[in-house]
Amino acid sequence: MSGDVRGQAPCGCDAGAGEARPSAEEANAAGIHSARRWFLKSAAAFTTVALAPGVTLMALTGGASPSAARPPSQPASSGQRWGLLIDASRCPEGCSACVSACSQENGWKGTGHPRTDAQWIRKLTVRDPKSSVTRSVPMMCQHCASPPCVDVCPTGASFKRADGIVLVDKHICIGCRYCMMACPYKARSFIHEPLTDQLAHAPRGKGTVESCTLCVHRVDEGRTPACVEACIGAGHGAMMFGDLNDPQSEIAKRVATLATRQIRADLGLDPGVRYQNL
Amino acid sequence: MKRVAYCELRGGAGFRLVLAALGLVMGLGLASAWVMEHYGHVVTGMDNQVVWGAPHVFAVFLIVAASGALNVASVGSVFDRALYKPMARLSALLAIALLVGGLAVLVLDLGRPERLVVAMTSYNFRSIFAWNIFLYTGFLALAVAYLIVMMGRGLGGLAKPVGLIAFLWRLLLTTGTGSIFGWLVAREAYDAAVMAPLFIAMSLAFGTAIFILLLAALVWASGRVPDTALLVRLGRLMGIFVAAVLYFVAVQHLTNLYAAEHAGLERFLLVNGGVYPLLFWTVQVGLGSVVPLGLVLLWRPHSPWVPMLAAALVIVGGFAQVYVTIIGGQAYPLELIPGRQVSSSFGDGSIAAYTPSMPEVGLGLGGVALALVVVLIGVRALRILPENLTGDQAEVAAAPDARILHP
Repeated sequence: MSGDVRGQAPCGCDAGAGEARPSAEEANAAGIHSARRWFLKSAAAFTTVALAPGVTLMALTGGASPSAARPPSQPASSGQRWGLLIDASRCPEGCSACVSACSQENGWKGTGHPRTDAQWIRKLTVRDPKSSVTRSVPMMCQHCASPPCVDVCPTGASFKRADGIVLVDKHICIGCRYCMMACPYKARSFIHEPLTDQLAHAPRGKGTVESCTLCVHRVDEGRTPACVEACIGAGHGAMMFGDLNDPQSEIAKRVATLATRQIRADLGLDPGVRYQNL
Repeated sequence: MKRVAYCELRGGAGFRLVLAALGLVMGLGLASAWVMEHYGHVVTGMDNQVVWGAPHVFAVFLIVAASGALNVASVGSVFDRALYKPMARLSALLAIALLVGGLAVLVLDLGRPERLVVAMTSYNFRSIFAWNIFLYTGFLALAVAYLIVMMGRGLGGLAKPVGLIAFLWRLLLTTGTGSIFGWLVAREAYDAAVMAPLFIAMSLAFGTAIFILLLAALVWASGRVPDTALLVRLGRLMGIFVAAVLYFVAVQHLTNLYAAEHAGLERFLLVNGGVYPLLFWTVQVGLGSVVPLGLVLLWRPHSPWVPMLAAALVIVGGFAQVYVTIIGGQAYPLELIPGRQVSSSFGDGSIAAYTPSMPEVGLGLGGVALALVVVLIGVRALRILPENLTGDQAEVAAAPDARILHP
């Protein structure tokens, strides 16, 4: 996992060799390593440039995490806007790795009552009635810049962090469900039954509303959301996570250069989740 | 000028029996609320698509009707119609009672009703819901103040200004309640400015209808016969409001029908949506609007039963209207990706099924019973009811310092 490798040296070389002058054999070996690295980098660059848009999502997101760990003492920064880019052409219909990962990471699961069970993320089958072409994409909280759920919440329990992540303060949610009425994405779930075995990083409670947190606990640790990681792990690489405000981030570059779309863009909510090839 | 004498309602076996029956229904409501809170909303018909169910139908109906119930008092105080002044006290009491009943249902349907104090201390002023909390509590305070100035000796001069403020406030209140739906841009069935005036018209129709039935029942309970002329006049007033509701409903649906994007929703609500078109055409429009209009506007009845029947039908039609608005509006799926068909394990793209459960209906009926109990206790403890009430006493004027006649 990318977050775990950031503390290690970038290669397997011994970092303490700088005190002694390198021998001819060592220099030769270093040259070979250097040439190999150059070749691999060039090949990767060629692959990146040559292949069609969308194919490189996995390679790009499989590298270092686009977020850096944030000390708990520091507030979230409005300089960042976390978001997702989902490539529908790479999301297979039968795969639900992102859904399973989210469920496991955040502790929500079916209780045998499908109509009332929470679903933080779901697979959506989208069909064009004219061509019968279908696509399968994950749907979750779209983390809007102007979230209607936040506007309508009477107590302020629904709120948006400075970095664009939309959350529910479980301490002051009164369970009025007005946010569910207001959300155009049906992204929120009401907890209809008593819960047990909750996870410390994903507090939940009967009678309150919840939704995708963009795995805020992982993002704050400098890791990617569980769904993105699972999508990469499953070999699809259909989901990319990153900072939309950082022009150097891969997600921002893609959003700037590719034809991506926001769902219900007509509502002007500026969702942080974008879709490609939908 | 005659002075109006007010009296308390006599207590008796009948009174106690009615009170006990209403107490039972209130108990049923409390038990329902306990079941919902203990086991969670899984015991209701609500789910993640129909998130507001039968309790909201009862609550919205009662709250909207509360605003309209004060209309009789407003007509007397603000518009100086002497005929209505003797009924102003009952009008204010009914408004308070209906609001208390509606709010009780709303609060007990919350996922976390014990956090009511949070709703009163933590506000998001961008939320129309938060504004409604002020509108409701403010209305309650104004209605109580209105009642006090109407009943207090030497306070009669304040009745008109307080009545005017209460009149304006209730227009705001119903605008706020309508805007809870009107400002929901995500859902096709709402998202319309017409919801605010529609709710104002609904409030006037429902509130007047409940007032007619309550007035007749209380007059009977006092051992008298309701005056036909008075009820007919109230019925005709109600008829005007029912016509206004029909007008705004027509505007709402015609506007939607004109926009091709809403054709699916309109087909669902008006043609092929199962129970919703049935309720709309048969109960809301037919029984609840056209028939009462015929009864009170086209016919000059000589029996108090006719306006009472019309009022009962308006109440039934009103419930149907609120049901179709709230439940039908949610049952129709969200348009996630316009032009595409969507489906999922979360009910996307499909019509949601909803059947009210016993706890939901029990809670709603408990709210109705609470409202009636408040009225009964009010008329028993306070001098609310005029001793003599007829529709032809146009010269009658309510005097706050009127001679009080004890029964």
